[in-house]
Amino acid sequence: MTNAAVLDTSLDTFPKLLVRNSTKFADRPAYREKEYGIWQSWTWKEARDEVEALALGFLDLGMEPGDHVAIAGRNRPHFYWAMMAAQYVGAVPVPVYQDAVAEEMAYVLDHCNARFAIVEDQEQVDKILEIEDKVPGLKHVIYVDKRGLRKYDHTTLHAYATVQETGRVKRDEYQPELDRRMNAATTDDTCVMLYTSGTTGRPKGVVMSHYNMLMTAKNSCEFDNLNETDSVLAYLPMAWIGDFIFSMAQANWAGFCVACPESAETMQADLREIGPTYFFAPPRFFEGLLTDVMIRMEDAGKFKRKLFHKYMDLAKRVGPDLLDGKPVSAADKMQYQIGKILIYGPLLNTLGLSRVRVGYTAGEAIGPEIFEFYRSLGINLKQLYGQTEACVYITQQPDGEVRADTVGVPSPGVEVRIADNGEVFYRSPGTFQEYYNNPESTADTKDPEGWVATGDAGFFEPSSGHLRIIDRAKDVGKMADGGMFAPKFVENKLKFYPDILEAVVFGNGRDKCTAFINIDLSAVGNWAERNNIAYASYQELAGHPKVMESIQSHVEEVNKSVAEDEMLSGCQIHRFLILHKELDADDGELTRTRKVRRKVIEEKFKVLIDGLYDGSKEVFVETEVTYEDGRKGSISATLELRDAAVVPVKVKKDAAA
Amino acid sequence: MSKVETYTTPDGRTIGGPVMEMKNITLRFGGVVAIKDISFDIREGEIRAIIGPNGAGKSSMLNVMNGFYHPQEGEVWFRGKIRPPMRPYQIAGQGVARTFQNIALFKGMSTLDNIMCGRLTHMKANMLSHILWKGKAEREEVEAREKVEKIIDFLEIQAIRKKPVGSLPYGLQKRVELGRALAADPELLLLDEPMAGMNVEEKEDMSRFILDVNDEFGTTIALIEHDMGVVMDIADRVVVMDYGKKIGDGTPAEVLANQDVIDAYLGVDHG
Repeated sequence: MTNAAVLDTSLDTFPKLLVRNSTKFADRPAYREKEYGIWQSWTWKEARDEVEALALGFLDLGMEPGDHVAIAGRNRPHFYWAMMAAQYVGAVPVPVYQDAVAEEMAYVLDHCNARFAIVEDQEQVDKILEIEDKVPGLKHVIYVDKRGLRKYDHTTLHAYATVQETGRVKRDEYQPELDRRMNAATTDDTCVMLYTSGTTGRPKGVVMSHYNMLMTAKNSCEFDNLNETDSVLAYLPMAWIGDFIFSMAQANWAGFCVACPESAETMQADLREIGPTYFFAPPRFFEGLLTDVMIRMEDAGKFKRKLFHKYMDLAKRVGPDLLDGKPVSAADKMQYQIGKILIYGPLLNTLGLSRVRVGYTAGEAIGPEIFEFYRSLGINLKQLYGQTEACVYITQQPDGEVRADTVGVPSPGVEVRIADNGEVFYRSPGTFQEYYNNPESTADTKDPEGWVATGDAGFFEPSSGHLRIIDRAKDVGKMADGGMFAPKFVENKLKFYPDILEAVVFGNGRDKCTAFINIDLSAVGNWAERNNIAYASYQELAGHPKVMESIQSHVEEVNKSVAEDEMLSGCQIHRFLILHKELDADDGELTRTRKVRRKVIEEKFKVLIDGLYDGSKEVFVETEVTYEDGRKGSISATLELRDAAVVPVKVKKDAAA
Repeated sequence: MSKVETYTTPDGRTIGGPVMEMKNITLRFGGVVAIKDISFDIREGEIRAIIGPNGAGKSSMLNVMNGFYHPQEGEVWFRGKIRPPMRPYQIAGQGVARTFQNIALFKGMSTLDNIMCGRLTHMKANMLSHILWKGKAEREEVEAREKVEKIIDFLEIQAIRKKPVGSLPYGLQKRVELGRALAADPELLLLDEPMAGMNVEEKEDMSRFILDVNDEFGTTIALIEHDMGVVMDIADRVVVMDYGKKIGDGTPAEVLANQDVIDAYLGVDHG
């Protein structure tokens, strides 16, 4: 890089940061985890001790620089320490999705030739033992939770605590070697390798250097003024770049505390107890939360409901302006303060968001109403746009310039340009080194000058200078009549309705668009309960005529809104159906980060797509499903296909006029 | 008994001498003979299953074991001594805990409180000190809570800690009930159809928990179960009952090969 900013050499690798934090923030909390119903804490000093004990233990097991260390578990301090300990000895941590099926895990472990695996419990150990033959390089497996593992053969299997204990006992023997390795590490060494979830094809290992991560952490911490008094809740998958950035890079850079929930299901309760000041969640989290609130308000008493709606209307009107520091009349300000006492404050407290100072959402488009809802309550929720290869940050919204339909301005240190075909390219200090063992893909994605193709199509809005993303560049196609086809644009509009969980729009190269819809079981289920509609399964509810009707009205409303967009008015949905099963990552229809895999869905449900285009009223379909334990079964259904009203598109007047 | 016989299971656990011995038990309800002259033992550290068709007398057997029913004939030996007639709570105090076929939880209370109840046999402080929340009462409560939290962690039910159990799905209620039994720190755990009415995934989870309880705490377990697959997978030895009589006793493989057992399960012409 030509204009490379440099990091202070005493702070240019993760272990060096930990050493600094252990003195600078010695007694401040570094990690918290709820265990046995109580929040257990570790200070930075204690964290360093834990990490170093483990690192010494790693040396005893023969971990070499450059070894890959697979990490599979839910967010726990132990795994963050394990990543750091691996970095201490010069090895490369490779966090993997712990809910991946054995086959997926085997691919990743084999691809990176992992020599060590650090896993959570018996379930993960069993999974590793199952794929042992496919991963010949794997030498040692270390587990955190010993339950059920007593009887296992412990020649290559070790308890996390035992490894640490060995490290502590043999400290004198290994400390000089550990110091040597730590000092030998440079900022350009690999600090972590993360596998992309892979909407297409096999996952790719994205190699990141200490410089990539720490420079990004530095810039982003400065952008939002994050410091040691902040706190986050680490609940997103550890294998995802975002968690590494928030819970490792930024936490170590700024010295703030990382809190780990008790279990995945208790996240909501733990969020409330911790009350983080810095919070990231994908749009679907905010959607789910809002749906929850609305459902509960429907069940509340008349007085409460009235009060809620009165003050929410007010918040919608003045909340965002107050947040942006725009002028608001004194009367409204006072009303808002009363609302804060009666509604907003208690609501935010219940949601666990009352202390949020900086909140981000990214990954998908967020519905404008949802976005406004949270902002009107006074949460500084912003959008950012990023990807794994960029260490997350490409663009983000500065305070006071937040809108639902843009993703902000380029992040500090990031250069962005738009190619002729509309694809977004960027170059930044966070730009990844390479795809591991895959020079072709690396060359395809990153050019010699360091520009990386995002695969997304977008444009800078001339009036504000903010970036707007339309769709995945490869998903953007052409309709038979030459009009632009951007499925996600339409899908997002559909998904903004609380009762639609997922939508998949087809129409590339065809004369009209059609759609698959997944209903949201909690929202529609609650509606059914209130209307005395009995149902036994998702499938039955999805096929209910009243549900069909309400979805149809949504589709038609979306058509109206799509028709208003000149470029994309051809993408209105002519026919649709409600799928008989929820799209699921276990069936390969979604990625582990819950993004739609179009190709897979197109092939799997071909008969349904054919039905949508040949005008049939009903189609019978049988689909294979995978249960959580890996067994397969099948479900069949006869689906109703419906026509939706479309708004006739006016023939565009002469463009030159 | 001076000499303790032991045996080793295929997965390498050593099973010790008898914890509870049933000697020639006969139980009658008026003219109905529910259990007829049955003898068997349950050994230290083993998972012992009692199986049989409906109405075979399995639950009655369990009720005899925890002292709810008193057999007309026969003796129950516990830890090498004959057990005098006792009230169920006294037996619970001896370290025998159980769960019920039809879930007997306090529906309006939270998961946490229900499991705390299981700890009652270990709480010795008097009512006054509980009211004042001083000294022993406070210490005991803290101790109990710690124990209970470990169980909640063990059974992975953190998310329902504060939920009223009446609102929980059946499979989870079963798990809470197991938790309450575990809270008593039992030496012998009696489970009455722990997997009845569960789907395959819930059964697998429950089997895992039962094996883990046995492995982790060394608890001896006697369980009644209908699902033969489950029994064959987790039990060390099996007693088979039919019409109040014992028709088989041995390892799962032995029992499966027993002609009487096959007849009882597949049915024979009783005419």
